[in-house]
Amino acid sequence: MARLIFEKSVAGSNKFKLPSSEVNEVALENNIPANFLRNEDFILPDISEVETIRHFTDLSTKAFGVDTGMYPLGSCTMKYNNKVGEWSARLPGFTNVHPYQPEETVQGALELMYELERMLCEIGGMDHFSLQPAAGAHGEMAGIVMIKAYHNNKGDTKRTKMLVPDSAHGTNPATANVVGYDTIEIKSNEKGMVDIEDLRSKMSDEVAGIMLTNPNTLGLFEEDIVEIAQIVHDGGGLLYYDGANLNGIMGVSRPGDMGFDIVHYNLHKTFGTPHGGGGPGSGPVGVKAFLADYLPVPMIEKKGDQYSFNYDIPNSIGKVKNFYGNFGVMVKAYTYIRALGKDGLREACEHAVLNANYLMHHLKDTYHIPFDRVCKHEFIATSKHQVDKNGVTTLDVAKRLLDYKYHPPTVYFPLIVKEALMIEPTETESQERLDSFIDSLKRIAKEAEENPELVTTSPHEAVVGRLDEVTAARSPKVKWEAT
Amino acid sequence: MRFTPNPKPVVEEMLKSIGLNKIDDLFVDIPNDVKLNRDLNIPDEMSELELTNHLKKLASKNLTTDQHVCFMGAGAYDHYIPPAVDQMLLRSEFYTAYTPYQPEISQGVLQAIFEYQTMICNLTGMDVSNASMYDGGSALAEACMVASDSTRRKKILVPDSIHPEYLKTIQTYAISGKMEVVVVPSKDGITDSEAIISMTDKSVACVVIQQPNFLGNIEDITNIEKAIHENKGLLVMAVDPFSLGVLKSPREWGADIVVGEGQPFGNSLSFGGPHLGFFAADKKFMRKIPGRIAGQTQDPEGNRGFVLTLQAREQHIRREKAGSNICSNQALNALAANIYLSLIGKEGLKQLALRSHQLAIYAKEQFEKVGIKLKYNQPFLREFAISVNSPTELNKKLLASGIIGGYELDGGMLLAFTEKRTKEEIDKLVSLIGGENHG
Repeated sequence: MARLIFEKSVAGSNKFKLPSSEVNEVALENNIPANFLRNEDFILPDISEVETIRHFTDLSTKAFGVDTGMYPLGSCTMKYNNKVGEWSARLPGFTNVHPYQPEETVQGALELMYELERMLCEIGGMDHFSLQPAAGAHGEMAGIVMIKAYHNNKGDTKRTKMLVPDSAHGTNPATANVVGYDTIEIKSNEKGMVDIEDLRSKMSDEVAGIMLTNPNTLGLFEEDIVEIAQIVHDGGGLLYYDGANLNGIMGVSRPGDMGFDIVHYNLHKTFGTPHGGGGPGSGPVGVKAFLADYLPVPMIEKKGDQYSFNYDIPNSIGKVKNFYGNFGVMVKAYTYIRALGKDGLREACEHAVLNANYLMHHLKDTYHIPFDRVCKHEFIATSKHQVDKNGVTTLDVAKRLLDYKYHPPTVYFPLIVKEALMIEPTETESQERLDSFIDSLKRIAKEAEENPELVTTSPHEAVVGRLDEVTAARSPKVKWEAT
Repeated sequence: MRFTPNPKPVVEEMLKSIGLNKIDDLFVDIPNDVKLNRDLNIPDEMSELELTNHLKKLASKNLTTDQHVCFMGAGAYDHYIPPAVDQMLLRSEFYTAYTPYQPEISQGVLQAIFEYQTMICNLTGMDVSNASMYDGGSALAEACMVASDSTRRKKILVPDSIHPEYLKTIQTYAISGKMEVVVVPSKDGITDSEAIISMTDKSVACVVIQQPNFLGNIEDITNIEKAIHENKGLLVMAVDPFSLGVLKSPREWGADIVVGEGQPFGNSLSFGGPHLGFFAADKKFMRKIPGRIAGQTQDPEGNRGFVLTLQAREQHIRREKAGSNICSNQALNALAANIYLSLIGKEGLKQLALRSHQLAIYAKEQFEKVGIKLKYNQPFLREFAISVNSPTELNKKLLASGIIGGYELDGGMLLAFTEKRTKEEIDKLVSLIGGENHG
């Protein structure tokens, strides 16, 4: 059983030491009233440095990252995280800089942010980007708050609804709710696209806008995007682009050219910055020129050779977090874009799309493919055949994949497809890896027929067996307590 | 540099095997009028050698806290970070992982989060912590949303002694219409408790107090806590976690929800981010807390394991009913905090706070000797404001002498003292400021 760092604690083994004091060792009580001081004791581990290092090294061996193996997690774009980006973000000239230093002492950081903003604009076909949001969902929120501020500013306050397709990421309706909109769901048609007639019937002067992902979460390009944009714009709404799937069109097509007014990117997806086991991310938000005045502050300006922050944006929604966003992540994204260059960015997209289509094609005899047409960077397979014949579910297939040393695809999403496996190989997988992944999925399908129990009781090779998530939620134990 | 492993002949073979002739066939579903049909206007790819030189040059245009002595705090602090922290973060299994959706192969990440949650609970005295938030400011905004949602009241009372960027962030979140932010002016560098108490009634969702506050002063929350709880509202605190080894814990103050900026725990300044917001609360808010939470469970053989739990709160399941749209956390930054706290331990945390305090007191005494007064007459831990006439001019002068000065206030300057500062550095600071007779 895995021991927690608290359970490895041995009183007196922490040897932390400060330099000897050069100033008077006054007691806290001399200057701070006693009722402001802590009475209640607390526990931190008391552990030696070597045991601390062994503990975290051990934990790292129980984590699966892109460097560990293939990570085809749909809508998450788990591409290889290049090492030069990890190096550059650690340059002391970037890490050891205080956010409130005078602007003339941070010209390198500002130049990098300014150049990154320009490149993000070009990639998305937008006019301005604010680098402030700390994650994709944070960028979404900034975008939807801008929509609200825009309509409010025009005195158009009856727009209380936000359109969201039923195939959307869960963050979209959640964001709409957080910003104070009622979500109106738009149906998908039998081709997996936004149902134009349903959209038309739901568009009204009470609709503030639409939140769309394109390619959508089924991995399909919304072919009617120009018409969708027309319908929403004609009704006075704005189009918001969820950039989670940008990798499927990068360098080939741009949301700004499709009619989107606001865009967010996930730098940790499309631009290859590591996601750190859940974060940090970064979610820059971009707009067409007519919305420039609404962007969160500060924006970066260039005058001559000098860069500066501009907080004076007339209708700005304000601050979305402290300081200037996740700068360290921006350094990695900047490094990524400069490493690839214009041809490399397009090639990344092309190879991501090729890899996805290659997997889809070679899996379609084994797994059910609900939308069998050219996909973008990801596609949906399902375990329909396996469930129907052998009672083996998508969850079982995913857990069995762990035994084959693959991170499973995204499962049971989008919600509109039963038993969905959402597979996104990314451009950084070789044909050999893809073949081996196909082979593993085929072997699991065979196991499902010959020995279904082997699959339904998996994983067998992981550090723990299948974990009981129901009990975890029913009687939550969310911290360690000394017994 | 490219990171696409399949060379041209392999690409052609792959295309052929799926019945296509050329790459463009993969994009036939994109209407021609929304295709770019030209190259991106972005520079060409760089070799790694060119790129590393280019980035070194950019980085060298920034002045760093290695070259200069930093007395700047105001929400981001120049603490010493043991090299062991970064060495562990560089284990690529940690940093190249995604959110741990598949727990059986993510036990390392999940256990690290569970340990981090325990540390935050222990330090704050609260029952539940989430896996972390974007940063202190946005965590505070989310805390206000939880307060507003759980009390079904809109009014949020905020003294202007909180970090100005925290305040601006709450105001942005309030555009939703779910909160009404009322700013209460402070008195002598601390919250005007009389004003807050007189405004506290049954329409107030919460009072927000930062501890120590933005100006470094320690707030007495005793009466505010009574007033807000008598009216069935909540006490939301934003605390500097660095202070929690020695200052009264939020639980002792009677807080319901506690947030803060975890950067002082092993995270570099990094020009303001990525940092680490933390979020802890009383157990009655367990199902309302935003963000990820790791929980303990077991496998069929009874082995302990960890999973992301209480996901019914979250956007993946509740969609338009979710109270927060947050679906990431600052896992790697939280890991840094976990490693840092393990390396320094409880006594280390207390010693660090005490040493910073002693350096600050020394600085205060030296300032007073040369006639520079503190702007406020309040107890502080490691950060305080001095009264000076032209802080901008003064900062320029300090910079010319190799010192990153303080945060500029109206008629003052906010200075922070971490364990990294030395007597000699403080003497130099005082002589440079004192020589100007700014008092």
